[in-house]
Amino acid sequence: MPIEVDGKTFETDEEGYLANINDWVPGVATVMAAEDELDLSDEHWDIINFLRDYYEEYQIAPAVRVLTKAVGKKLGKDKGNSKYLYGLFPYGPGKQACRYAGLPKPTGCV
Amino acid sequence: MSEIKKFMYLNRRAPYGTIYAWESLEVVLIGAAFDQEVSLMFVDDGVFQLVKGSDTSESDMKNFLPTYRTLGDYGVRHMFVDQASLEARGLTTDDLIQVEWEDWETEEEVDNIVEAVDADKFKELMAESDVVFSF
Repeated sequence: MPIEVDGKTFETDEEGYLANINDWVPGVATVMAAEDELDLSDEHWDIINFLRDYYEEYQIAPAVRVLTKAVGKKLGKDKGNSKYLYGLFPYGPGKQACRYAGLPKPTGCV
Repeated sequence: MSEIKKFMYLNRRAPYGTIYAWESLEVVLIGAAFDQEVSLMFVDDGVFQLVKGSDTSESDMKNFLPTYRTLGDYGVRHMFVDQASLEARGLTTDDLIQVEWEDWETEEEVDNIVEAVDADKFKELMAESDVVFSF
């Protein structure tokens, strides 16, 4: 189902992931989060921006285990654990945060 | 707890001409979730998968060269390259990307897990692997 951000339409796949990663603007995350009844805090944005950077560098969305470790390394050990990440993204940090960040579903994620 | 097995992913084909290289990479990324001892081997035209500076912008293929650099984070401990295959193509390890590895608990670091090996070592590695996936 396509989503609408500031009057512009963005195509998504059947699971709600953005069809073209290059289309992404921050408003995409805000609108997707609103549909999940979630207000994005700075902590959410840290993870979303982290995922954008990770994709830019490695051309894939990281597996949740790799994401957890990498976040711990970059944003501090208190954030590099699944409790913290699931607290922010209850549908799963891999799936939900990647979707907000405009990334494809993480490889191996079912 | 299940026994840890040695997995070897054998890559024999050039990237981009076929889907094999990308499929192999995806299986490695997925398989990394299972805590096995994973090594990759690049033989024949497979060595081209690691050559620096590939540019796919004029093809419809995504350039997945950068993805190999994250394999250390996915628990891949060794990326072996067949020395004879490199030489036959006029390449050396200087033409290949480097992949870092770090144990996040112990902070033990290896600057580059890409390593050229000769035929004897190759045979030895194959023989000691419990599972071999060939792509």
